[in-house]
Amino acid sequence: MTKNSIHWFRKGLRLHDNPALLEAVRDSDTVRCVYFLDPWFAGSSNLGVNRWRFLLQCLEDLDASLRKLNSRLFVIRGQPANIFPRLFKDWNTSQLTFECDSEPFGKERDAAIKKLATEAGVEVISRISHTLYDLDKIIELNGGHPPLTFKHFQTLVGSMPPPDAPVGALSRASMGRCVTPVSDNHRDKYGVPLLEELGFDTEGLAPAVWPGGESEALTRIERQLGPDLSTAWQVNFESTRKTASPLLPSPLGLSPYLRFGCLSCRLFYSKLAELYKKVKTNGSPPISLYDKLLWREFFYTAATNNPRFDKMDGNPICIRIPWDRNAEALAKWAEAKTGFPWIDAIMTQLRQEGWIHHLARHAVACFLTRGDLWISWEEGMKVFEELLLDADWSVNAGSWLCHSCSSFFQQFFHCYCPVGFGRKIDPEGDFVRHYLPVLKDMPDKYIYDPWNAPIEVQRAAKCVVGVDYPKPMVNHAEASRLNIERMRQMYQQLSRYRGLSLLAAVPTSPIEDLNAVASPSTGRKQSGLNSHHGRSRVNVNGEEQLGLSGVRPRPGPTCTQSCGMAHAEQAGSSNQQLCRTRCAHEFAVPHYPGHLARGGTGKRGRESEQEQEVGSDFPAPAFKVQRHHQHVSQGSGVNICVYILFSKVDVMYLG
Amino acid sequence: MKRVKGDEDACSSSSEGPTESCKKVRKLQPSKEKHQEEEEETDVDLCEFGFDWALLPQEILLNIFQFLPLLDRAYASQVCRGWNQAFHMPELWRCFEFELNQPASSYLKATHPDLIKQIIKRHSNHLQYVSFKVDSSTESAEAACDILSQLVNCSLKTLGLISTARPSFMELPKSHFISALTVVFVNSKSLSSLKIDDTPVDDPSLKVLVANNSDTLRMLKMSSCPHVSPAGILCVADQCHGLRELALNYHLLSDELLLALSSEKHVHLEHLRIDVVSENPGQHFHTIRKSSWDAMLRHSPKFNLVMYFFLYEDEFGPFFREEVPITHLYFGRSVSKDVLGRVGLHCPRLVELVVCANGLRPLDEELIRIAKRCTQLSAIGLGECEVSCSAFVEFVKMCGRRLSQLSIMEEVLIPDHKYNLDEIHWEVSKHLGRVWFPDMMPTW
Repeated sequence: MTKNSIHWFRKGLRLHDNPALLEAVRDSDTVRCVYFLDPWFAGSSNLGVNRWRFLLQCLEDLDASLRKLNSRLFVIRGQPANIFPRLFKDWNTSQLTFECDSEPFGKERDAAIKKLATEAGVEVISRISHTLYDLDKIIELNGGHPPLTFKHFQTLVGSMPPPDAPVGALSRASMGRCVTPVSDNHRDKYGVPLLEELGFDTEGLAPAVWPGGESEALTRIERQLGPDLSTAWQVNFESTRKTASPLLPSPLGLSPYLRFGCLSCRLFYSKLAELYKKVKTNGSPPISLYDKLLWREFFYTAATNNPRFDKMDGNPICIRIPWDRNAEALAKWAEAKTGFPWIDAIMTQLRQEGWIHHLARHAVACFLTRGDLWISWEEGMKVFEELLLDADWSVNAGSWLCHSCSSFFQQFFHCYCPVGFGRKIDPEGDFVRHYLPVLKDMPDKYIYDPWNAPIEVQRAAKCVVGVDYPKPMVNHAEASRLNIERMRQMYQQLSRYRGLSLLAAVPTSPIEDLNAVASPSTGRKQSGLNSHHGRSRVNVNGEEQLGLSGVRPRPGPTCTQSCGMAHAEQAGSSNQQLCRTRCAHEFAVPHYPGHLARGGTGKRGRESEQEQEVGSDFPAPAFKVQRHHQHVSQGSGVNICVYILFSKVDVMYLG
Repeated sequence: MKRVKGDEDACSSSSEGPTESCKKVRKLQPSKEKHQEEEEETDVDLCEFGFDWALLPQEILLNIFQFLPLLDRAYASQVCRGWNQAFHMPELWRCFEFELNQPASSYLKATHPDLIKQIIKRHSNHLQYVSFKVDSSTESAEAACDILSQLVNCSLKTLGLISTARPSFMELPKSHFISALTVVFVNSKSLSSLKIDDTPVDDPSLKVLVANNSDTLRMLKMSSCPHVSPAGILCVADQCHGLRELALNYHLLSDELLLALSSEKHVHLEHLRIDVVSENPGQHFHTIRKSSWDAMLRHSPKFNLVMYFFLYEDEFGPFFREEVPITHLYFGRSVSKDVLGRVGLHCPRLVELVVCANGLRPLDEELIRIAKRCTQLSAIGLGECEVSCSAFVEFVKMCGRRLSQLSIMEEVLIPDHKYNLDEIHWEVSKHLGRVWFPDMMPTW
């Protein structure tokens, strides 16, 4: 019986360290490597031209490498679920192999294909090679939940056996007797399409700063971690402070190649370890050596079981922050027209070339969200998804969650200044001049804040602010004042911290925080700052409630006790706690005011309510519910409940 | 609860014995699965003890309802008449947060307009603790004012106007805002807390506040209210002797204000928060006399002085020249080495220090001086700053375990001959007596 394999490429666009691909050729008679591309989808997708170009170059390179092994890449137009059944039949397939995809939608898609394959009698083999570790194992080790702080993640991973070594590349030897049947019209039927065929206008498109493909990736890693140890050391382990060059695209940069899997993360990992051992002969490398790779791993782990990882609504690890919707401001940011040269230069670089340095990412992300514009991180994430070559669903969303302080328990006190931060990294402003030629004659002194240059200076530089270059779109001092206050309120509410300290408002870890809430008398906040001023921060004696954050009416002893119970009860909902920003805000409102008064007023109140008739003067939204309940209780109260249901039902997470 | 909900008759008809109604439940829901059967068993057990949810006394219901969010209370209120009545108990309507958002400007849902109508109609006299969360649109701010102006028959204890995005109250016509706000001032007469940051409140409206609520006012937060003058806030301080917490911008702070707050008739001040914001570059800031701060401190020795600075480096001239009783200090923008040096000299009461950014030179000596002189310092945060690892270790060693909050971005620490980044976390953890790591941002 012949054994015919299909290897399905998605990410992992490489022949080296590709265990699933090796499975495909092992003891097989034929192998066909396929990649699905939906031309219709291409035109309408929100990926920018740079990302498509990078992908097509990867596919070209893959095809070229396969040719050297007398094989070819089959680029198939259409959707896998529609086309696989036919391929299985036409090619008499016995086995399908692919690299594991850890992302929720990928897992869903793969499960569906697996089902189709099994129905067609095709065996499915998948192997983990896009991540260093088996993410499920990390989650298992952490008691079933993904770790929510990077340090915790590092610790967990440090306690695990090191990642598997990379496997050998596909070669003539590993192919053995396995061949690829190629027809004469392969190019027409299965060739890699051109950008034009996907509907992109390529006229005036500058050459790629980041050429795609496995060959390029291997050249880069060789150059970066090759014979010249000092460069390698500098690139990987030394801090990048005070040199302008890291902002510019480096011929050693690897992140887009990791994203598309042109480069195996395990190969990168093993090369780093090798280098470390060469330079420092004593001891084994610390886990922090691999930080860059581990951040990626961290986000994959956090996202793998969370299909709403890229959303604020319904995402259990995301704090609900009342971001502003402002299409105009968003467009200014995305199109590099903020009037802040540092921000605009970065966004120009992103649009033109598809990659920006991680400090630059911090800068523009902070500016869009909690720093200045107070626009949702989801909007920024979408722009990155379109433009950023290395934007992966998990990594992109995870980074934005971090930058906007929406998750992972970040310190929110620190906003990157859109003027000072750039000046600090690149004092002469060469980076800005490179991407914003309009500012090339602006003196160094004003390159980051041209609006402060005297008008003569602006004229001499042929760049008058408001004419040749936009005025700054926000007053950073004012915006950051407002925003830091807003973040403080959000975090105080979250941590139930009522003191004055800005730093103490950030819960250090989710579990600890929830425990603290659950048992107020032993909460960690108790021994904190304010005790210096004779005020305990925990709700123990009711006295503490007089804080700058709010004068709350002094409750009697029963109230204090019940408040504690209330907290415990709410903490029971675990992660969902994070979404619940609805509970009384930090300002001056008792959580459970009903405790405060008993007797007289209550009864009178009830009587007066019964007198009141709430009749049919309601317009029509809620009818089904209303009708349904009319026979239940004719009392006057039905309607009000119905309206609450209607106004709240879609913000409900707990039900 | 779910089970009872299944049969409303059983609940509302109290003439029927509890056991009977339970039997009815059983008949109506023939159980097939095993676990369901078990549930039924429990039901019967409860009933045999004479238990009927509908007979829960109102006090107990109230107690339970207090722990439920509004939506759950609304669901529960549909169970039976008794629960429906409980839903409307005034105790449950003392506190309400109006969320006013427009779909075009916010990601969050708004409080339903019909619910608002109902509350105004049926529960406005019960409201005591009210806040408005308003998004960045003018319509939302207007809606808040409309509600405010209808709160004529209520007596509020606290009122908060909270802009969750841009300060939209500032975009309202001043007179419109003022007339709505004064409705509450005039009618409430027992306001104790008022949070009106970023609003167009003005001197005359503060006079109305004072005229009606001077005995009860304990907290006033009004940062960034540009229409208030130093004289306007002085009037509040002169009349409201119970004022314990005050938040305002630096331009309203005066020697007279501090003296008024430390007059004999005045209670001890607990918190004073000052925001120092530069409206235009090169702005000149006035100074506060040391004698005024001293008077304040004599009168309220335990008061917290919280100052937030959002200034350019060259605007710090008048600050920290003499001793200031600051306890919590936040530098939201770049601050020079020189100013931080002055902080070390002149802020003996400092408890928390946060520096978002400083210039290009390391802050070694400044931090060590702060550790030496600010003996109550227990929290510090550093963003875009630089400190050598050995100076930082020295700083932590001097402060020791009183540093309960230590939030340092990893990039801040510059490795030197003594420590690299891997070693520093051990060293610092050792001196703190707990595990400590620098803060990290993704390098991705």
